[in-house]
Amino acid sequence: MPRIPAPPLPKALQPRPKRPGQDVEAGAATPVEAGITVVDWLDERTALSPGIRWLMWRKVPRGINWAYTLGSATLFAFLNQAVTGVFLAMYYRPDAAGGAYESIRNINDNVFLGQFVHGMHKWGASVMIILIFLHMGRVFFYGAYKYPRELTWVIGVVLVILTLAMGFTGYLLPFDQRAYWASVVGININAGGPFVGPFLSNFLFGGADFNATTLSRFYAIHMLVIPGAMAALIGAHLYLVTKLGITAPPWLKPGADDTDHALAEAEV
Amino acid sequence: MNQAQKEAYLREYSILKNEGKPFFPYAVAKDGAMACIVMVVIIFLSLLFGAELGPKADPTTTTYVPRPDWYFFFLFEVLRVMRNVPKFTPMATIGVPTICMILLFLLPFYDRSPERRIERRPIALAAGITTIAAMAYLTYSGAHTGSPNSVEIKPPATLSAAQLQVWHAGADVVGESGCLACHVIGENGNNGPGPALTNIANTVPAAQIASTLRNPTPPMPSFKDLPADKFNDLVYFLSTLQ
Repeated sequence: MPRIPAPPLPKALQPRPKRPGQDVEAGAATPVEAGITVVDWLDERTALSPGIRWLMWRKVPRGINWAYTLGSATLFAFLNQAVTGVFLAMYYRPDAAGGAYESIRNINDNVFLGQFVHGMHKWGASVMIILIFLHMGRVFFYGAYKYPRELTWVIGVVLVILTLAMGFTGYLLPFDQRAYWASVVGININAGGPFVGPFLSNFLFGGADFNATTLSRFYAIHMLVIPGAMAALIGAHLYLVTKLGITAPPWLKPGADDTDHALAEAEV
Repeated sequence: MNQAQKEAYLREYSILKNEGKPFFPYAVAKDGAMACIVMVVIIFLSLLFGAELGPKADPTTTTYVPRPDWYFFFLFEVLRVMRNVPKFTPMATIGVPTICMILLFLLPFYDRSPERRIERRPIALAAGITTIAAMAYLTYSGAHTGSPNSVEIKPPATLSAAQLQVWHAGADVVGESGCLACHVIGENGNNGPGPALTNIANTVPAAQIASTLRNPTPPMPSFKDLPADKFNDLVYFLSTLQ
């Protein structure tokens, strides 16, 4: 701690120097609360820094290429959906009587940057689906789902299905002709399924057929149930990725030079 | 993988990991660059295509053609192909996707070989490429399928230009009138409850087609209220189906 210089006081007010023999060391014996930074304060209470060190300063294997960024890109697309979705939810009304359609019309026509954010949400969904399938393809072709990462794969498959379910439930919300009929047909397809089919369609419709509660039901599933489940599963997926480590490219051998030249020589 | 293979893998992996670089900042920089690309692509798509809103939902229309978002086209196409075989429809829509889903879930549990290089996993390579090709093909053909409300058969070659105009007008009336909800014409329409119309002119003369359209057998609706020119186009079109 740098010392603040003493203020220029008149001589009479200045503290007198200690006389010889007086206990000079008394002040030093009393511990003084040291100044600490916000980070220190937080770390003293949460002990998070080892966790952050574990997450950020872990090593990733040699030979990581651009295909390895697809997972985090999918996560980024999910975050984009979350943020744009929150802004859309501020203006959207799940009212099948006409309010839903009108509120989307209002977002598109009147709200500042409304159509832009709506477009980002709509196209972000397509981008996320493409990225999640590319990520899945990378994991498949690199054999990255094998021991010890089986559980990471299973969680990932659940995330793919939930992402598609997001696409399905989100498609109805604008409540135009396209949305309505695609959802009716989609739910009826579910109804044709064995065993659970009729119950599933009954649950989605909120009754035997499309009715006033169907839209709010889809809305609740779309913005509460599935995103919550996805956030939790993404957390588990990331924990496992960090815990088990990112796979090395399968063609790499430890200790070997990973340039193409060296590889070609090794093959010969 | 047996215990020895598992341990060998973990040993090899820990060496490769130690030879690597820290996640921060090396991998984070790459991920960040990729995130920027994703952001730019999304913004670009949004600015370019926006988010158009169709006409308001109307549960009373019967002629609207439902189309899902593109990532469900493969499912849509399986359904369309299987539609005329009612026995297989539930299997196509629920059975096939469910089986694929279960196969995907259990992948690490039936593919237990320790080999990770794709060129040494011929079955996985073949299965992966087949799956990608099948999904791509189904998505493509799902995207390019005409609406079930339009007729995609070719006009007879013998028609003159004037007749061809009437023929096309008649085909449009068929689409507008929702005939294909109950009749099949060529590749389009539903097989039933009405009879197939692909070769209707072989068995029913034009005059009888006109009278059937005016006084049909229930549940088919009567078309006697159509404007006369549209009605005549319709009759002409149907009378060419041989």
